[in-house]
Amino acid sequence: MAEVSLRGVSKSFGDTEAVSELSLDIADGEFVVLLGPTGAGKTTTLRLIAGLERPEAGSILIGGRDVTRVEPASRDTAFVFQQYSLYPHLTVFENLAFPLRSPARRMSEAAVKARVAEVAKLVRIDHKLENRATRLSGGEMQRVAIGRALVRRPAIYLMDEPLSSLDAKLRADLRLELKRIQAELGSTMLYVTHDQIEAMTMADRIGILSEGRLVQIGTPREIYTAPANLHVAARLGRPAINLLPVGLLPDAAAPAGAATIGARTEHIAIGKVNGAVASGAANGRVEWIEHLGDQNHLHVAVAGHKLVTLVDAATELRPGDGVSLQLKNPLYFDAAGARL
Amino acid sequence: MSAAAHSVVVPSTTAKRVAATLVIVYALISMIPLLWIFATSFKTPPDSIAYPPKIVFTPSIEGYCNLFTTRTRQTREYIDALPAPTGFCDETTRKRNMVIAGPSNFLPRFVNSLVIAFGSTFCAVFLGTLAAYGFSRFRVPLADDLLFFILSTRMMPPIAVAIPIYLMYRELGLSDTALGMILLYTAVNVSLAVWLLKGFIDEIPREYEEAAMIDGYTRLQAFRKVVLPQATTGIAATAIFCLIFAWNEYAFAALLTSGTAQTAPPFIPTIIGEGGQDWPAVAAGTTIFLVPILVFTILLRKQLLRGITFGAVRK
Ligand SMILES: Nc1ncnc2c1ncn2[C@@H]1O[C@H](COP(=O)(O)OP(=O)(O)O)[C@@H](O)[C@H]1O
Ligand SMILES: [Mg+2]
Repeated sequence: MAEVSLRGVSKSFGDTEAVSELSLDIADGEFVVLLGPTGAGKTTTLRLIAGLERPEAGSILIGGRDVTRVEPASRDTAFVFQQYSLYPHLTVFENLAFPLRSPARRMSEAAVKARVAEVAKLVRIDHKLENRATRLSGGEMQRVAIGRALVRRPAIYLMDEPLSSLDAKLRADLRLELKRIQAELGSTMLYVTHDQIEAMTMADRIGILSEGRLVQIGTPREIYTAPANLHVAARLGRPAINLLPVGLLPDAAAPAGAATIGARTEHIAIGKVNGAVASGAANGRVEWIEHLGDQNHLHVAVAGHKLVTLVDAATELRPGDGVSLQLKNPLYFDAAGARL
Repeated sequence: MSAAAHSVVVPSTTAKRVAATLVIVYALISMIPLLWIFATSFKTPPDSIAYPPKIVFTPSIEGYCNLFTTRTRQTREYIDALPAPTGFCDETTRKRNMVIAGPSNFLPRFVNSLVIAFGSTFCAVFLGTLAAYGFSRFRVPLADDLLFFILSTRMMPPIAVAIPIYLMYRELGLSDTALGMILLYTAVNVSLAVWLLKGFIDEIPREYEEAAMIDGYTRLQAFRKVVLPQATTGIAATAIFCLIFAWNEYAFAALLTSGTAQTAPPFIPTIIGEGGQDWPAVAAGTTIFLVPILVFTILLRKQLLRGITFGAVRK
């Protein structure tokens, strides 16, 4: 394990700037998640660290050593790809043993066997070691793919949306497992995803990536409560943050220059009203209540805008009810989108 | 009607039968020349030129005897004075007032064909795989132009370059050598191999090699351990195409080989001249000539069937 630093790294493909001036420090044993939509440059960032791409500018340090011009084989990273994770012509055992059998490592066959057995147990695939890699379910394949990275103890694990192709239940299970394994091993991990839940639940720190730029980096709490701008705010929270023009809801505290208010459930007090509304609150109408199982979303119309907040399943509100809305310390953004 | 609706998706039994019948009839028609050759190879020389042609006949391996031997005509008295015949071939030959003078050139010519066809196929597929991998994975300057140039070598009718090659080979001492023929067939086949194999290798995601390289393998090791095993289908299909070309090639073989390096295709017709029109011997030579391709194709038929889609469908 080691710390990894990117210093002003840029990489473009033709006219597309996949990654631009990215600087990032990952501490030894830290779990960093880069969160961004498709095309944000997540995969390219990982490939740059692994040495599969050469940056046009900037440098990459692994354990203090400048590896910008070093071959992938000598960088001591392990990579879990988004797709095509297993060698189809090999069995599960052979897939897991593949990194250990590399000519660069020269491990004894007994040591390979022992290590594979250990990791197979860790990712719970030890009952299918002799299966062809293609004869596995999606979840099993992904566990093997993760296992193939875990058989080594590299300076850093690089994981490219390893759970994105799985169904929700499996994703939730593996998310926890991966976090547990990482914590147990104390490994340094850079994990990229477009799934905010994965980011929130696993990360020590989250980096928000947008169009190849690192917009903000911080603990999940920091990113959630103090997003640097509208883009970051919109990426976290379920239901998504309500973005409203200043003045839509009465708000004495709005700072000068505020153009947009960001209001999540915890920023809005909602009460049922019959007749007139108290001063300092706005009048809205319940449109419908969406029961999602784990969450219930309250849709409220107010002065031509729509708001969505969480609501208790046992709420007494009904569609058509009048409600009063009051802001409580919401987020303010200026016209350019930066938080005030 | 649900049955009618069903038949839209799954062909009805009748349709299947009609299709099967058509395929069988077509196969039979296509196979008539082959069956004719096969039958002729087991006829006696008189049976082979009988008119009307004999469909039913007593099989004989005289054609095969004549294929593998050279014979000289002798007087009855000379033949009668010889010790008893040592085998079927000996006996049949004597009945036709001839004695076996020695082995014919068929076997060495056949071996030439094997060496040259398999040798050139190996070289073409070997070079083709490496070149295709290079074109598929690296940013080769002018890659498209180079690929077109490689393909363009196939566009010209080969016979157009026959005279220059003949002269060049004479100067270089490559005329009538197995090496010369292997080089020539490799040169012709390598373009086909590059194009076919590039399609197959393009289909193998590069992430596999990249994963191997991150895991400590060099590119060449990754190529061997990860790319080659997944390219076997394409390699097998390409090898069969190359082999069929090299095995059947007649024009250059006739022009450039006449003696020690002569292959079977130009040799087989020469059998006709030896001692009358010996059709059973020609047919026997042709039948044996078909065997290697048949065996090779059957051995690789699984790969070939999957490979015939030119990499469109993997696995
Ligand atoms: N090999 C490549 N050739 C051309 N463009 C690429 C290549 N790899 C990535 N890109 C482009 O770079 C941008 C970032 O891609 P990527 O890093 O794969 O994003 P993400 O993984 O976040 O979806 C995208 O616009 C993508 O189209
Ligand atoms: Mg990606």
